[in-house]
Order: sequence, then C-alpha cells, then structure tokens
Amino acid sequence: MSRFLIKRLFSATLTLFAVSVLTFLMFFALPRDPVSSICSKNCNPERLERVRDDLGLNDPLVSQYAGYMKGIVTGRDLGSAQGGRCDAPCLGWSYVTNEAVSDTIARVLPVTLSIVIPAAILWLLLGVGLGMVSALRRGTWLDRAAIGFSLTGASLQLYFVGAVLLLVFVYNLRLLPVPSYTSLFDNPARWASGLVLAWVALAFLFSAIYARLSRAQMLETLSEDFVRTARAKGLAKPKVYGRHALRAAITPVVTIAGLDVGGALGGTVITETTFGIQGLGRTAVDAVRSGDLPTIMATVLIAAVFVVLANVLVDLLYAAIDPRVRLR
Amino acid sequence: MDSSEPSPSGEPDDRPAVPAQRSDQDAYLRVSDLRVRFDTADGVVRAVDGVSFAVERGRTLGIVGESGSGKSVTSLAILGLHDPKRTTITGEISVGGRQVVGLPDEEVRRLRGRDMAMIFQDPLSALHPYYTVGRQIAEAYRVHHPKANRREARQRAVDMLDRVGIPQPARRFDQYPHEFSGGMRQRAMIAMSLVNDPALLIADEPTTALDVTVQAQILDLLADLQAEFHSAIILITHDLGVVGQVADDVLVMYGGRAIERGSVQQVLRSPQHPYTWGLLSSVPSLHGDADADLVPIPGNPPSLINLPSGCAFHPRCRYADRAGSRSRSEVPELRPAGDDGHLVACHLSAEDRAAFYAEDIARVGVAV
Repeated sequence: MSRFLIKRLFSATLTLFAVSVLTFLMFFALPRDPVSSICSKNCNPERLERVRDDLGLNDPLVSQYAGYMKGIVTGRDLGSAQGGRCDAPCLGWSYVTNEAVSDTIARVLPVTLSIVIPAAILWLLLGVGLGMVSALRRGTWLDRAAIGFSLTGASLQLYFVGAVLLLVFVYNLRLLPVPSYTSLFDNPARWASGLVLAWVALAFLFSAIYARLSRAQMLETLSEDFVRTARAKGLAKPKVYGRHALRAAITPVVTIAGLDVGGALGGTVITETTFGIQGLGRTAVDAVRSGDLPTIMATVLIAAVFVVLANVLVDLLYAAIDPRVRLR
Repeated sequence: MDSSEPSPSGEPDDRPAVPAQRSDQDAYLRVSDLRVRFDTADGVVRAVDGVSFAVERGRTLGIVGESGSGKSVTSLAILGLHDPKRTTITGEISVGGRQVVGLPDEEVRRLRGRDMAMIFQDPLSALHPYYTVGRQIAEAYRVHHPKANRREARQRAVDMLDRVGIPQPARRFDQYPHEFSGGMRQRAMIAMSLVNDPALLIADEPTTALDVTVQAQILDLLADLQAEFHSAIILITHDLGVVGQVADDVLVMYGGRAIERGSVQQVLRSPQHPYTWGLLSSVPSLHGDADADLVPIPGNPPSLINLPSGCAFHPRCRYADRAGSRSRSEVPELRPAGDDGHLVACHLSAEDRAAFYAEDIARVGVAV
C-alpha cells in the first residue's frame, strides 16, 4: 500500500513535470509576443524591450523554466515591477491582471470547486439511481422514461440547457438570482442559490452517461451467480440489490466518475461562461487569450494535479471495493 | 421411493400426470405434476413438463439428465427463484407441508435458506467476490435469526466452517473466496447452505467444477452431514457415478419430462429406458471390457420450444421403430416396470426392453 503510494507519487511528479515543460514550450512556440498585449498603447520598441527584460523573457528558455520551478519550490524575488518577493509556492506574477497568480488562483479555485463538487454528487446520485431503477424495472415505462431522460441529456449541450434554465428560472419565473459566486462560508444560502442552476445543468448532462452505464452494469450483475446465491439465502430484495448487486455493479462507474470529476475540477469553461461565473476554466481561457504565461502555467498545472489525484483516488477506491485488487 | 403404482387423476392437459405416490404423504418435499414454462421471444419454453417426485428426510434423490433436461429448472422452481414475470409455474410443490407454488414471494423468501437451501455448481461464481466467506455465511444465518447479534452469527459461521472440514476456521472466516481453493470454496458453500439446518438441501451439480480427487471428499461430506442433520437431499447431476455413490432414488429427466424413476439399484442395475441405457453406456467403466468403446447417445438434446412429438427421445432412439408409430404420436406415460416402484415412460414392451438390454447393453458392459 505505502509502496503503491510512493510509486504513484513518483509517477505523478513525472507527469506534472512533463506537463509543465510542454506548456512552457507550447507557449513560446505561439506566434505572438506576450509583451504586446501588456503595453498596447504608447508602446515603442525601447519600452517593449524594457518590459521584456523585466519579465525575464530575454533569458534563455531553460533558465526561465528553472526560475519558474524554483519559485514554486522555494519562492523567488520577482523584482519591484512584479510585487517583489514572492513566497513559495510562487506561481509568478500575472502579466495582465497585475497581481500574484496565487492570489488569482485563491480567488477562482473555490468557485470551480463550488460548481463541480455539488454537481458531481448530484450527477452521481441521479445517474446511478436512475440506472438502478431502470435496471430493476427493466422494460417498464419507468425504464423507458429513464432511458429517454438519459438520451436527452447525452444529446444536449450545456450552453443550451444553461440558457434555457436561466431563461426559465431567472428571467421568467424570477425564482433565482442571476448566477454569481458567494463564498459558502460567508452566506451558504446565497452560495447555493447562485450556483444551483450550474449544478443542475451539469448534473443533467453528466448523469445521462452514468444512468446508461450503471443500468447496463446492474443488468449484467443481476444475472451473476452470486446474486442468485443471495436470493437463495433468503435475503430480502433491498439487501440483494443494495448489498450484493450494487457493490459489484458500481466498480466501472467509480472509474468513469473519478476521471470525469478530476477533469471537471480542472475547469468547467463552458459552464462558467454560460452562467457568467469566473472560475478556473474561464481564468485559464482568458490567460491563453492574453498570453499571460504565469497564469497559464498555474491553471494547467492545477488541472493536471486534479487529474493525477483523481486517478490515484480511483485506484484506491477500486482496491477498497474489490478485495481481489492488490495495490502494488 | 418404495411405493405402489401411480393412480390416474383428473388432468386438464392432454396428458395424464403421475401424481405423487401414496406413501409419500409424509415426505418432506412433494412435487406433483410440476410444469414450468418460460415466455421468450422465440416462443414458449416448456422447461419442465409434468414432473412428480417426493423426497423424505434422510434420503437422497438424484435427478439425472443432459443440459436442458429441466433438472436445474426444477430445483430453482422449488426454491421459487424464477422471474415471476416471465415464468409460469403450475402443479404442486409442497415443502414441509406448505404449498410453495402460488405463495407470495415474501413467504417463499422466509423458507429459502431456512427450510430449503441450495448448493450451486461453481462456488467461485456463486460466492460474492467482494465479501469475506465468513461474512456471507454469517449473513445467511442472520437473515433467519434476526435476534442473533454479530458475535453469535460469527461464532455460528466459524462452527459451520469447522464442521465442513475447513482447517483454522476462525482465520478462514476473514478470507475472501478467491483465497480459498476450489474444494474449500465448495465446503464453504455447503457450510453456508447448512447454517440454518434446512430440512431440504438441493445440490445442483455440486462437484462438476471440482477436481476428481476433491469430488469424492465433497460427496462424502454431504453424506456425513445428511446423517447428522437428517435432511432430504436432491442431487442434480449428469454424472451417474455420483448418483451411484450417494443417491437412494433416481429420477431421469429428458426434455423436461421424467422418463424413468426408481431406487438407485433399480435404475442403475436394471435400467428400463433406452435413454438411461445411453447415459450408462457413455460412462467409462473400470470393470467392463477395457477395449469396449464408449457409446455416445446420437444426436443432440431436444429444443424445449419445439419438442419432438410423441416420445421426445424418439429421434435419438435406436429402438423407436419397434414401438411403431406410437413413438411419434403418443407421449409415453410413466408406468410400472419390473420391480415395485420402478417406473418408466417407454412405448416398448417389457419383453422387448429386456431383450434389447440383454443384447446390446449388458453384454458390452455398463459402468457404475
């Protein structure tokens, strides 16, 4: 187990290293000058050169990269133009918003977490619940309704569902305020009412996949011999389905869920854009658009960390569910 | 199954049924004219078509037949494990005096695992891979002993593991099925089925998935446990050797019907049905002529959707012509043959059967 974790930690570090190098290289391969967007007005070649010098963009790529990584590990001095001393983990100074990137992240990361985590709980409950019910009521109108629901969800786009939800609940019925982010710890009610439409929209689209997957898994499990054994013991149906069938059917769902949640935590660009909320995803897209290298690096690395963590978590959950799986 | 000949009774279907025998009134399990039908997209499957038998406590009935002969379906029907939406079950199944057919599922559920239990063919797939063996046994105990606490159930499970010959039962309790060997898993399965002292135990091919060396141990164990718990056992198998080893009575099924029934001596020593002959001559023997070839039964088991007319075995029967056109047009009834209680469903006359048997089968040597 601890050997497994050490191994995974090592490979995670390698992955993140590779991701950071690739991001760095791709940024400089872009046919645009990041400085041009910084001083768009009153720019002359000398000023551009000075800004470039200040940002260290004239240094060799390797030393720029080394400086950036050193900042994450030990912190570094960015110079007076960029807020001076930057403590570890230093993610640099934004070229555009004129603040430490870590401050930006501290502002937008809770937004994305607030969107994704409740939405994920909702879509998992809804998806697995629907899948279970339609598997157990196979062939009935309930099953057909659930399949119809999941087909609808799978074929719709978030910006459409989001727009419809906004139109109905915010602008027509006026049941909900215009979506916005309030900290959960400041005002839980406003936190929920500002984000609930994003949760519903995400859950609707995502639960479709989970409903279909868990229905198929459940149907397969119900024909397993051990389910018949459970019935032959005289167990009541809730225990047969809940304790014996569901636990075996849930394993592949866990895998997909881990990857989906890990990916979504890296940023839900379309959701954030549809509902006008500034989270990690929109911040990343804005940074790419304006050539803001430190913010790009930070958002990409954070997204990668989530994906890597999700994978480790999936493996741990797998081992917890299935005793035949040995973590090595 | 020592009993007199069956008495005819009123029967709505086209064929008269063989009701349970008179002396079976005190049998623990009585099955009369059991019919199980599945509605499928391809048509109606008559998986069991008018089967009757009875098992007393302390006795073992072997049900023999090829795959698709209806033997497993019969056992699942007794336990009420069929999907009620797609299955039609008629006839009588009386377990300890209670009529199971038509009983609400909740009441059958209370009988399952407590009064009647089942051992399945492949213990690896029949045990849940994600729960420890002990927990699965303890769970079977607690379903029917709701007042028992966790510790009592654990103790009971450990005792049962010990009883079925699993060494270090307390340690084995916490292991998973994949950590058991095949024979140990089947022992654990037996422990689970016996944890509530059921009066009826149905073992569906309990040794088929096991090594030959382990098979005998498992059969011995079943016999020991039967002597101890005095339960009625139904042993479902296609292996006549197994039947000869442990069964008291034998029921041979073909195409969902009973074609021969009698004590194990009657059926194995003087088999009456050509199909039973076929089963016997396809078993390798240590006693017969070593050079004699095994004789397979020609053809394949019949489709249960579209059973051959008349005697379902006639397309594969070497002697079908000797019974004339009746074999194609008339379903043979179970009738007394030879000794008391020995029944066979065959159009051939007793003399013909005796002649054919002496000529073609006994001479070549028959196993068991």
